[in-house]
Amino acid sequence: MMRLTKKYSNENRGCVEFALKAAKRFGADQAEVALSIDDGLSVSVRNGDIETLEYHQDKGLAVTVFINQCSGSANTSDLSEKAIKRTVKIATEIARFTAKDEYAGLANAEDLASTFFDLNLHSSWDIDADKAVDLALTCEDAAFKLDKRIINSEGVTVTSHETFQVYGNSHGFLASYPSSQHSLSCSVIASQGDGMQRDHWYSSARDAHFLEAPVKVGKQAAKRALARLNAQKISTAKIPILFSPDVSSGLFSHFLSAISGGSLYRKSTFLLDHLGKKVFPEWMHIIEQPHIIAGPGSRPYDSEGVKTRSRNIVEQGILQGYVLDSYSARKLDMRTTGNSGGIHNLIVEPGKHNFKAMLKLMDKGLLVTELMGQGINIVTGDYSRGAAGFWVENGKVQYPVEEITIAGNLKDMFQQIVAVGNDVDLRRNVRVGSVLIPEMMVSGN
Amino acid sequence: MTKNLAASTFLKPAKLKESDLNNVLAKLMSRGSIDYADLYFQNSQYESWSLEDGIVKQGNYGIDHGVGIRAISGEKTGFAYSDEISLSALTGACKTVSAISRRGKSQTVKMFANHLAPQHLYDSVDPLDTFSAEQKVKLLESVDIEARRLDTRVTQVMVSLAGCRDIVLVASSDGSLAADSRPLVRFSVSVIVESNGQREQASAGGGARVGYGFFLENERALEYARDAVRQAITKLDAVEAPAGMMPVVLGAGWPGVLLHEAIGHGLEGDFNRKGSSAFSGRIGERVASSVCTIVDDGTLPNRRGSLNIDDEGTPTQCTTLIENGLLKGYLQDKLNAKLMGVAATGNGRRESYAHLPMPRMTNTYMLAGKSEPEEIISSVKKGLYAVNFGGGQVDITSGKFVFSASEAYLIEDGRITRPVRGATLIGNGPDVLTKVSMVGNDLKLDEGVGTCGKEGQSVPVGVGQPTLRVDELTVGGTNI
Repeated sequence: MMRLTKKYSNENRGCVEFALKAAKRFGADQAEVALSIDDGLSVSVRNGDIETLEYHQDKGLAVTVFINQCSGSANTSDLSEKAIKRTVKIATEIARFTAKDEYAGLANAEDLASTFFDLNLHSSWDIDADKAVDLALTCEDAAFKLDKRIINSEGVTVTSHETFQVYGNSHGFLASYPSSQHSLSCSVIASQGDGMQRDHWYSSARDAHFLEAPVKVGKQAAKRALARLNAQKISTAKIPILFSPDVSSGLFSHFLSAISGGSLYRKSTFLLDHLGKKVFPEWMHIIEQPHIIAGPGSRPYDSEGVKTRSRNIVEQGILQGYVLDSYSARKLDMRTTGNSGGIHNLIVEPGKHNFKAMLKLMDKGLLVTELMGQGINIVTGDYSRGAAGFWVENGKVQYPVEEITIAGNLKDMFQQIVAVGNDVDLRRNVRVGSVLIPEMMVSGN
Repeated sequence: MTKNLAASTFLKPAKLKESDLNNVLAKLMSRGSIDYADLYFQNSQYESWSLEDGIVKQGNYGIDHGVGIRAISGEKTGFAYSDEISLSALTGACKTVSAISRRGKSQTVKMFANHLAPQHLYDSVDPLDTFSAEQKVKLLESVDIEARRLDTRVTQVMVSLAGCRDIVLVASSDGSLAADSRPLVRFSVSVIVESNGQREQASAGGGARVGYGFFLENERALEYARDAVRQAITKLDAVEAPAGMMPVVLGAGWPGVLLHEAIGHGLEGDFNRKGSSAFSGRIGERVASSVCTIVDDGTLPNRRGSLNIDDEGTPTQCTTLIENGLLKGYLQDKLNAKLMGVAATGNGRRESYAHLPMPRMTNTYMLAGKSEPEEIISSVKKGLYAVNFGGGQVDITSGKFVFSASEAYLIEDGRITRPVRGATLIGNGPDVLTKVSMVGNDLKLDEGVGTCGKEGQSVPVGVGQPTLRVDELTVGGTNI
């Protein structure tokens, strides 16, 4: 695996500095350069034998220049000086044809990060293909052993990725950091009678020591596939819906799209002009925490070099802030929130109920564990998606459900949330437990 | 011609000869029980221009260049890639991928043979050069002006133009050496309209394997603007979509995404070889009503989903998937074809040199039937008429699939009445087509905007169908 030696990182910082100098020479008023180097291994096994062994090595440099507030950008995977020079030149040529945009430009210098803490985002995993195969086989074996009805495997994959990112701009900002992501995922097929059902489970972490044990991942995948056997369709009706943590984070991703700068300045969101207004029930609090040690969404600075900050996004149900980069901030006459490139660990404050208690609270309704399709309209909030899950009665799971849709409007759904569980899925950038909504339209028989 | 272009792109600068590729493959095949190996060289140049707020704000250009090296031993695949093309990089990568096979006897490599005349489904143009920068900017601006001119309720217009040229060279141990030069352009326009505080968004677009002049023919780009505005304005009057099971009439063209999701993926060779598809082992069985004949055709001239050769060097073809309702065949790449003992169908595709090929669709469509579209609509007492869709998704194993209607209308007493809000439709792949009772005589292919995702890899595809009636499908609206 890659060794992120000091020399290696200095060379790459050198590429960025070289590109910035070239941009100045080609007449750019402002320029920014992002470089990323990715190195990885991916090993899959299936039905007891290795299936694929893939080595990944990607690198890329992206440059954006501003000339009289006209922008141009270009990318290259070739990091030779000649190729970088050519790439910068093309970006400046493009800027001759784009229009002057008074909001364009780098982030303001005073918003850039100046202190850098070590967020522990990088940890090498001393693993080779043979070891990865062994891990994967152990995982798959555990899935098969759990039950005779596990009849097939879609594969177990072990991946290990290390990335080195450098960002610099003509304000004199130049910073870099390494990060890593390691994962173990298992997908198996259960069968009974004519029907087959597939499900999966995965574990991912920046430090491989925190990966779940292979046996646990395999068993969990098998349990999930088995639980779906003999799924039924239910009748069309308005009923309570419990979004399990597998899918509840999606609801808050839609919320983030709706309060993102692009949607706001284009006036293409159902949450337009909602700052200071009640969007969720008053017991709900949502924060962004970019500096969680080894967190999945942790970053010291955003894609424009802007300092990332912990902040309240929703307090007592009231929207406190948007998700902005410096361009959208200028368009809205606001200040960047350090979210160029997205959110950095969104945390929906957990409630007091665990998953079992959430089922009990719902009493009777549908537990949704999988959503399909893209039926979300951020302009209107209309929501209609394919779903699968379990019918719940007397606070207990009764039988699996499939081939139905759930529909509503996100604006109403957010306001109506009855409870958020403490069964938080820590693998995600959006951390939230299960979410109970009192009524949505289920379309089935 | 194309081979010369590929040779001058990849081989000459690296001082490589065809015989070097043969030697590299031979060395790889001598390392153990490797049955097959290939090298995939790719040079990709792309650009995009985008307009918003009436001005062209952004332009981007990029170049990506590299070679993927694959070795197959039985069901096992070793894979590595390099963005440096040189003999030493190839040799190094071969050593890495050969780890896939521990021992076994060495295999021979066939010499590259001269193949039949390659297909010529599109010209070897570089779309980026077909317009000057001024022309690209002007095209975007003209579409913005058209959209705003059409209706004062249009408040925002976003337009983008993208072009790409891929040059590929595939050398494999089975003796095939094939090259392709692939242009691809795409245009899209998205509008937001506002009326009495209510907002709606709609988009339209198209593309093909041609130069940018395509968008000026028959005012094509302006037509996209007109279509986007029409859809958005229509949505302003939309009522709640119905909920429950009902007859659904799907319009011609892009609604063919039904076929892509409901059966296309389920017929890809890898899932069927592994027995994980709801269609596994069902060749010869009835999976659709007798009015349904469905093909996957990679040979349609200039279409977005077409290819002269697939990414393993196999010429593309027209493969019949379902004939008069009976399941005829699967879509195959070399690996899965060999393991299933059938012929490759030219469906081995990959996103880039940095990804492994797998069986993928090209242009998937249903052949025309006999019914008049009006007759199909008038046959429905109460149901949904859906003409435009967003994306879809399928669970291969359970067969459940969804696709989301972005433009749809109620059918009441055989007549199209009111527009309804967007809704997701859900069904079961192996039986949805058995409920197709009428197929129109109006076969249409989509405008050339489809992108299919599978295992994290995106490839351009096409779909199409005539107007058709599904007797029963679950519609995910909010109104009972």
